[in-house]
Amino acid sequence: MAKVKKTVKGITIVADKCNGCRACELICSAFHATPKYSSSNPARSRIRVVREPLRDIYLPVYAGEYTAAECTGRDKYIIDGKEYAECDFCRASCPSRNLFKEPDSGLPLKCDMCEDDPALEKPKCVEWCLNDALIYEERVEEVEEEDVSPGDVEIGVDSLIDKYGLQQVLDTIARASKR
Amino acid sequence: MRFAETGFNLEVDLSRGNIDRVETDPRMTELYLGGLGTNAKILWDRVPPETEPFSEDNLLIFSTGLLCGTAAPGCNRTIVSTFSPQTRLMAYSMMGGFWAPELKHAGYDKVIISGQSPALVYLWIDNDKVEIRDASHLRGKGAIETAECIRSELKDPNVQVAAIGLAGENRVFFASIEQGRSSASRGGVGAVMGDKGLKAIAVRGTKDVNVARPAEFMNLCNDVLKYIKAREENPVPGVMPILAGLGSPQEMKLVDEEWHTTNFMWGNSRTRRKDFWNKEIEEKWRETQENVRTRLISCYNCPMKCGATISVPGIATYMMKCFSKLTYTMAAYSDLDFGFKIAQRATEYGVDGFSAPQVMAFGLELLEAGILTDADVQGMPADNEGRFFWLLDRIVRREGIGDVLADGTYWAARRIGKGAEAFDHNTIKKHEQLPLKLGMLNPVYFLMYATGEKINITQIEGQFPQAPFPTREEREEFVKDWIQVPDEKFKQYLLDWEPRGDHSNPYYPTVEASCDIVDWQEKMHYIDDALGTCAGLSSFPLKPPYHIHNFPDFISAATGFDFDEARLWQAATRTRTLLRAINVRLGLRRADDKPPENHWKKRFPELEAKLLDEYYKLKGWNDQGIPTRESLHELELDYVGEDLQQRGILSDG
Ligand code: SF4
Ligand code: SF4
Ligand code: SF4
Repeated sequence: MAKVKKTVKGITIVADKCNGCRACELICSAFHATPKYSSSNPARSRIRVVREPLRDIYLPVYAGEYTAAECTGRDKYIIDGKEYAECDFCRASCPSRNLFKEPDSGLPLKCDMCEDDPALEKPKCVEWCLNDALIYEERVEEVEEEDVSPGDVEIGVDSLIDKYGLQQVLDTIARASKR
Repeated sequence: MRFAETGFNLEVDLSRGNIDRVETDPRMTELYLGGLGTNAKILWDRVPPETEPFSEDNLLIFSTGLLCGTAAPGCNRTIVSTFSPQTRLMAYSMMGGFWAPELKHAGYDKVIISGQSPALVYLWIDNDKVEIRDASHLRGKGAIETAECIRSELKDPNVQVAAIGLAGENRVFFASIEQGRSSASRGGVGAVMGDKGLKAIAVRGTKDVNVARPAEFMNLCNDVLKYIKAREENPVPGVMPILAGLGSPQEMKLVDEEWHTTNFMWGNSRTRRKDFWNKEIEEKWRETQENVRTRLISCYNCPMKCGATISVPGIATYMMKCFSKLTYTMAAYSDLDFGFKIAQRATEYGVDGFSAPQVMAFGLELLEAGILTDADVQGMPADNEGRFFWLLDRIVRREGIGDVLADGTYWAARRIGKGAEAFDHNTIKKHEQLPLKLGMLNPVYFLMYATGEKINITQIEGQFPQAPFPTREEREEFVKDWIQVPDEKFKQYLLDWEPRGDHSNPYYPTVEASCDIVDWQEKMHYIDDALGTCAGLSSFPLKPPYHIHNFPDFISAATGFDFDEARLWQAATRTRTLLRAINVRLGLRRADDKPPENHWKKRFPELEAKLLDEYYKLKGWNDQGIPTRESLHELELDYVGEDLQQRGILSDG
C-alpha cells in the first residue's frame, strides 16, 4: 500500500513545570465559548489540572474520548513517592466522575486542539502557559494510505439491510438520530 | 445580563440562619466598581459607627473584585472588609489564591456575613445550594487542616476553602483568614470571623463569568501576557533583585536576603544588623530554603510564582509567600530554618505574619526590662526559639500572658502599664508595622505611612522608585519606557530626584510632587482592590503590565460600561474618600495620621505639617483630614456629607 504524509499534533506536558495556575483551563473555556471569548468557566475546559498542592501533585490532563462505561478496577500509581489514582491520568469523559462534561448538560467534552479557521499557530492552553509546562509540537509522519475498502460500519449496515430490508433500517436510524 | 460581575450578593445571617441571594444595583458598580469600593459603601450604609467590632451588628464581607473570574491575568483577589477589633477602624485585608474566582463561578460577587452563630459552623456554597453546616468537629483544628477536612468531607478537590485557625476562634486581634497559599491577615479579620462562630467558607462554582465585548477584552488580556513575558526577560536595572521583576517580592524564589537582613530591624523592630549577611550565611540559608521548598506556585490565572510549598521534614506541609519567612526569623534574632518551622505552626493557627512575631518579641523585651516577671511566663522554656513557640501557643489560646498579648502591642502595653507603652513603638493607628527604622525622612513615605487608610505600607507604595537612582543617565534610561505614569510630570520628578544635595530628601520631591506621587500610588491600589487585580502585577512593582492607561479599556470591555481615565480616577477617588469618611466617623483625625515616632531619626515637624496640609487639600479634606461637603458633593457622596454634618463632625458649608 502507498505511504502518505500526515501532520500529527502533540502536546508535551512537563508536569514538573506546572505551578497550578489554571490559566490553561480558563483560556480553553473562553476559546470554546459562543461567541468566542464571551465567557470563562474552567468547569467547561477540555484540560484539567489535577492539583493537590499539599501533596505536590500538579498534573494537567487533556480530555479524550467519551466512554459509556467506567473501568472495573481502580488502580494506583506511586511515582517519586507520590500516590496518584489511575483516574488522575485518565482522559476519558466517564460516568464515574464529572470531569470533562459540560456542567449544565452533562455532554462530554473533548480536546479538539483548538481547531479554528484560520488555524491557530498553537493551541490556546499552550500559548497561555507562560511556564512552559505545555509544549506544542507538530510532526509530519508517513502513514499508510487510508484504506478505501468498506469499513466496519459499512459492513455492519450492509448486513442489517440484508437481514431486515432497507426501509426498516432507515426508519430505525431516523428514530435513533432524534434521540 | 450583567457582565464581569454576577449581579448577586449572598447575604448570610448567622444569628437566624437566614440565607438570601440578593440582586445588586448596577449603578453601584458604575460608582464604586466592586471589591473594596462596594464593600465600603455597604459598611457605610449598614454598620453605624457605634457598632462593636465583636457583635452581631458588625458585618464581615468577602468580596471578589470586578474582574475576578474573567480572563484578565492575575485578577484573583478576595477583599475582606469589616470593622477591626484592633484599630477600631475599618479593617482592610485582601488575599490572592483561588477563592474569589470560585465564588464568581458559583454566581456571587460577595458573601456578606452578619449575626453570630451560637455554635461553630461553616458555610458551604455549591452554586445555588448554600448551607450552614456544623463545624464542631473542626474546633481547634488548624486552618490548613480544616480546609483539607472540608474538601475530603465534600469529596471535591476543586472546593476552595477560606478558614480560620485557633487564633481566629479565640478572637486574637491579629488573627488571619487562611486560604491555601494566601491569607487575609491584616486588621484582625480572622478574629471577627471567629466572633461570628464561622470556621470556614467553602465554595464551588461551575457557572460562566461573562464579558461584554469579548474580542476586545481578549486582545487586552493577550497584551498583558505579552508584556509580562517581555518584562520578566528584562528586569529593571539598578534596583535590588526583589524589586526588579514583577509579582510580590520574590522571597520564595530568591535566597539573597542581604537587603532585608541588613536594612530591616531585628527583634521588636529594635536592632539593625548591618554586618549580618555574609557568604557563610548565604550558603546556609540557601541550603535551608532549597531543602524545604518543594515547588514555586502561583495564584489563579497568573504566570508569576510568588508562593511556595514548604515541607520541613517532620512537620506538615504548608504554603508560604512573601516576607513571612523572615519576620519570625528576625523577630527572634534567629535563623531561616527556625523561620520556616514556626511559620508552619503560625499558618495553622492563622495569625498575621507581620504582627505576631513583633508581639512576641515585644513580650520578651518587657520580660527583659522587668516589666513582665517570671511569674507572668511560668513554664516558658529557657531557649530563645522555644520561647517563641511557647508564646505563640499561649497567644492563640489566650492563656495567661498570651491573653494580654493577643490584643497586639498597643492594647497589651496599655493593659500591662508600668512603662510598657514605650515598648509599643512600631504601630500606626494601633496596628503593628514592618520593622523598619531609618535615618533621613522621605517625604513621600512620610505621607504614605501617616495617611494610608489601609495602615500597611505595602498596600500603598509602588510604581515610583523607592530611592533615587544615583546618576542622571540611569534616570533618563528609566523614564524612557515609563508608560505607566498618569502624567509626564512624574518623569520630571524622578529625573530631578538625587541621592544628595538640594534635590534630595527630605525637601525633594517637593511637597507638591510628594502629594502627587502618593496620590498616584494609592489610587492604583484602590483600583486594584476594586477590580481584584493582584498588586504584584499592578500597583506594587515598577513598570507593571496594568496601569491607568489600560485599566479603563479592561473595565469597559469587560462590563460594557464606558470608562475612561477620568471616570476611573474619579471612581478610585470616591472609594478612597469614602474609606476616609468611614474612619472619620469612627473617630479618626489628623492627630492619628502619623508614622511611628522613631521611624526616622531625622524628623522635620514643619515640613511634615506642610506635607499633611497640602495632601489634605489635594484630597479635598479640611485641615483635620475630614472630607469637605464640597468635595463630597463632587464625588456624588452627598449622603456622606449630610451624615457627617448631622453628627457634628462637619459644620455647615
Ligand atoms: S497554565 Fe501551565 S502552569 Fe498553569 S496550570 Fe496550566 S499547565 Fe500548569
Ligand atoms: S488544545 Fe485547545 S481544546 Fe485542547 S485543551 Fe488546549 S485549549 Fe482546550
Ligand atoms: S503576581 Fe504573585 S501574588 Fe500576584 S497573582 Fe500572581 S502569583 Fe499571585
